[in-house]
Amino acid sequence: MTVADADKKPLLIVMRQSPYGTSLAKAAVDVALATAAFDQLVDLLFVGDGVLQLLAGQDSQSLGKKNIGRQLASLPLYDINQVYFDAEAVSRYNLDMSSSPVTAKLLNPQEMQQLMVAYDHLLGL
Amino acid sequence: MIYSLLVLSSPASGHGSRTGAEFARSVIARGHSIHRVFFLDAGTLTGSCNSVFPQDESDPALAWEALHREHAVELVLCISSALRYGMLDETEATRYERPSASINPAFTVSGLGQLVDACAHSDRLITFGG
Repeated sequence: MTVADADKKPLLIVMRQSPYGTSLAKAAVDVALATAAFDQLVDLLFVGDGVLQLLAGQDSQSLGKKNIGRQLASLPLYDINQVYFDAEAVSRYNLDMSSSPVTAKLLNPQEMQQLMVAYDHLLGL
Repeated sequence: MIYSLLVLSSPASGHGSRTGAEFARSVIARGHSIHRVFFLDAGTLTGSCNSVFPQDESDPALAWEALHREHAVELVLCISSALRYGMLDETEATRYERPSASINPAFTVSGLGQLVDACAHSDRLITFGG
């Protein structure tokens, strides 16, 4: 994990929503991108239903919604490179994350706990 | 200590909005300060000037309005959420050719940068609802 500059407070956004179940999932992605765009340190942790945001091949056109998978694919362009996801949720949903549009690291519950205490701010959305 | 609050829940649903306002009042009463309250997603409905609650229920927006009036607490609605939820100030109502503004003047509409700034300038960021 990167050490923060003195004037920046590293933020971990915990993404908890399924991608199209609520408008909060999209709002959370917007918060992440805005935080990075304002040159702040932000990392992402996808937990529970939030791991569904990382699925490959999302087609949101028939819902008339923006494609969250495509937005998340642009994370490296915003210099958001530390992305983590909940290994238990992935196995519960029996997901194949090998073709996910996002490069992310699997964490078990203990590792998630260790990750969360390393940040100045946690934002659960 | 400097606090900022993020409110995600609608005033009509759950208790996030009410709890948030009570928390803000306690923070101030204990000598801390509130840098900003940012309303995101359904939380932006808190800024409505058109909600009408039954007489035997309390309107959480009144508690926020009182915090703004008595302690100059800054209340900011996220503009992208606000537009989706029909929360328009005069400028946005004119821009999008809507019949009237719909936000309580105690609230302002602004971008996500205000949340980023609140994070950077606060010791604690507390989320309500979601």
